[in-house]
Amino acid sequence: MQLQRPLTQNIHPGRPPLSLSAYEAAGGYQALRKVLGTMTPQQVTAAVLEANLRGRGGAGFPTGRKWSFVPMGPDAPRTKYLVINADEMEPATFKDRLLLEGDPHQLIEGIIIGAYAIQAPMAYIFLRTTYTEAFRRIAAAIAEARVNGYLGSNILGSGFSLELTLHASAGRYICGEETALLNALEGKRANPRAKPPFPPVIGLWGKPTVANNVETICNVPHILNHGAAWFRGLSRVTDGGTKIYGVSGKVKRPGAWELPLGVTIRELLEEQAGGLRDGLRLRAILPGGASTDLLTPDHLDVVMDFNGVAAAGSRLGTGTMVVVDDRTCIVGLTANLMRFFAQESCGWCTPCREGLPWLAKILTAIEQGRGEPEDIAVLKEHTRLLGPGRTFCALAPGAMEPLQSALKYFEEDFMRHIRERRCPWR
Amino acid sequence: MLSAEEKQEIAAIAAHYELKRAAGIDALRMVQRHRGWVSDETLRDVAEVLEMSPTDLDSVATFYNLIFRRPVGRHVILICDSVSCWVMGYDNLLDHLQRRLGIGLGQTTSDGRFTLLPHVCLGACDQAPAMMIDDQLYGCLDAEKIDALLKNFET
Ligand SMILES: Cc1cc2nc3c(=O)[nH]c(=O)nc-3n(C[C@H](O)[C@H](O)[C@H](O)COP(=O)(O)O)c2cc1C
Ligand code: SF4
Ligand code: FES
Repeated sequence: MQLQRPLTQNIHPGRPPLSLSAYEAAGGYQALRKVLGTMTPQQVTAAVLEANLRGRGGAGFPTGRKWSFVPMGPDAPRTKYLVINADEMEPATFKDRLLLEGDPHQLIEGIIIGAYAIQAPMAYIFLRTTYTEAFRRIAAAIAEARVNGYLGSNILGSGFSLELTLHASAGRYICGEETALLNALEGKRANPRAKPPFPPVIGLWGKPTVANNVETICNVPHILNHGAAWFRGLSRVTDGGTKIYGVSGKVKRPGAWELPLGVTIRELLEEQAGGLRDGLRLRAILPGGASTDLLTPDHLDVVMDFNGVAAAGSRLGTGTMVVVDDRTCIVGLTANLMRFFAQESCGWCTPCREGLPWLAKILTAIEQGRGEPEDIAVLKEHTRLLGPGRTFCALAPGAMEPLQSALKYFEEDFMRHIRERRCPWR
Repeated sequence: MLSAEEKQEIAAIAAHYELKRAAGIDALRMVQRHRGWVSDETLRDVAEVLEMSPTDLDSVATFYNLIFRRPVGRHVILICDSVSCWVMGYDNLLDHLQRRLGIGLGQTTSDGRFTLLPHVCLGACDQAPAMMIDDQLYGCLDAEKIDALLKNFET
């Protein structure tokens, strides 16, 4: 069988997800049976490593490597945790929702296998509040899995036990940062933690903890079912697998699709999304969510994988892009993004807490025709002051990415607002 | 006062975590579901069950956008103000909604029916502009759709 879209094979938008028995009939929980029956935890991690699976939460860290940092063997702490990051609050990102609502048993099977690989007896799904339909579906699937012996003690008679808890958050973007997420789960204010130590060694309640994105963990059963070579072969590049890509903005067919990792921006925009709506022209692309650098029409042939987008000066991020047309104001777009980051800053460190609201104010003023020529220098200075390594977590540097690229490619748009004392796009 | 069932439910939630305080957000969401919002008194009661100081629990509660520490209307509208919805016409939609309801962001209609709040990306960017009313998501919105939609809540 040539399975090319493993993650979405069971997903039919508009229809309810597969029940446990339907999921089993479609080949589900076979990977788990194989793992528990025939493989050691180390063999599972080795298979994931060999598959070149990189994290789909935005940072692209190799999943097998992350798992291999967890202490194993008789001297390792007995309590360890697997935490699934289903916070998905990055603006313009709507890919995990597809998997959460569409195939909850795929997620659960991935979690059990991942927990077995690191020998964690407890796992949590950290779900954003507003995914209410996903909550209902996952809660129902967990109950089904428990009744059928896939969760709880001594799973399928293997001696391995796992408790899985679904936790709904209460709406704050920073909770998606993995160490903030751990504080949130502990019931504390969700400020990020200092790194090192890294969570695989010291995480939730001080115990070894792996945090993985929803899409990442959903790949795991397929790797175990079909092998690492097959998984690498799904991709057009050296990193393995497919990717759930998305396109939003004024295109003919906005949506999310599972495609080989490594399609180009042009393929996504033209073949999948049907191109821009009639009468509109492409001006910019925000390739992977709010915290990625803008790209331009010159970048249409950039390959949408981790290395390809990085080489073009941006990041794959979440792989869900916003298309910016010629009737949309880039300054207004940048101001909208900055207001988001300013609002969601957790307030822990000064440059971010003080700097982002100031930048949001300046950008909003420019957008409304109240900007001054000196503002440009202030904006540029801050892209350096809030850049990588200067703040406690990656939120502030992420906020600088759309700003610095807007200034790099579209400085004249900013100047026009300042000169004409109005938004020329209104 | 928390009901006996509520206290039991909080205890059941706490059993899923290593320390009691971790049940804080789940517990606050649960009482908010029952009462619409979290009053000082309710917060104190929850804190007591979790063996935390009210100040401590409040500092966690106020960290989140969707724990309501003030009364809200019978229906809460969360309108997405993030980038894809902004590109697809958030400003006009918001204008329409505010005029139609006669309130601004953060306010509640005088009949107590609706509270209007901005919220970050609802993960429905391919159906932008989008909003939620209570637990339900609505996408591909325009003025007409909003008018038709609000009629379903005229109680
Ligand atoms: C501000 C911020 C928000 C984040 N939000 C998310 C999120 O919602 N979901 C997610 O999977 N990763 C998010 N991340 C990335 C996580 O910190 C982490 O890298 C990821 O969950 C690891 O999983 P992966 O290795 O499977 O990608 C965020 C990071 C930052 C800095
Ligand atoms: S960079 Fe911003 S979000 Fe990150 S810890 Fe500092 S204040 Fe908080
Ligand atoms: S930006 Fe509005 S739903 Fe994503």
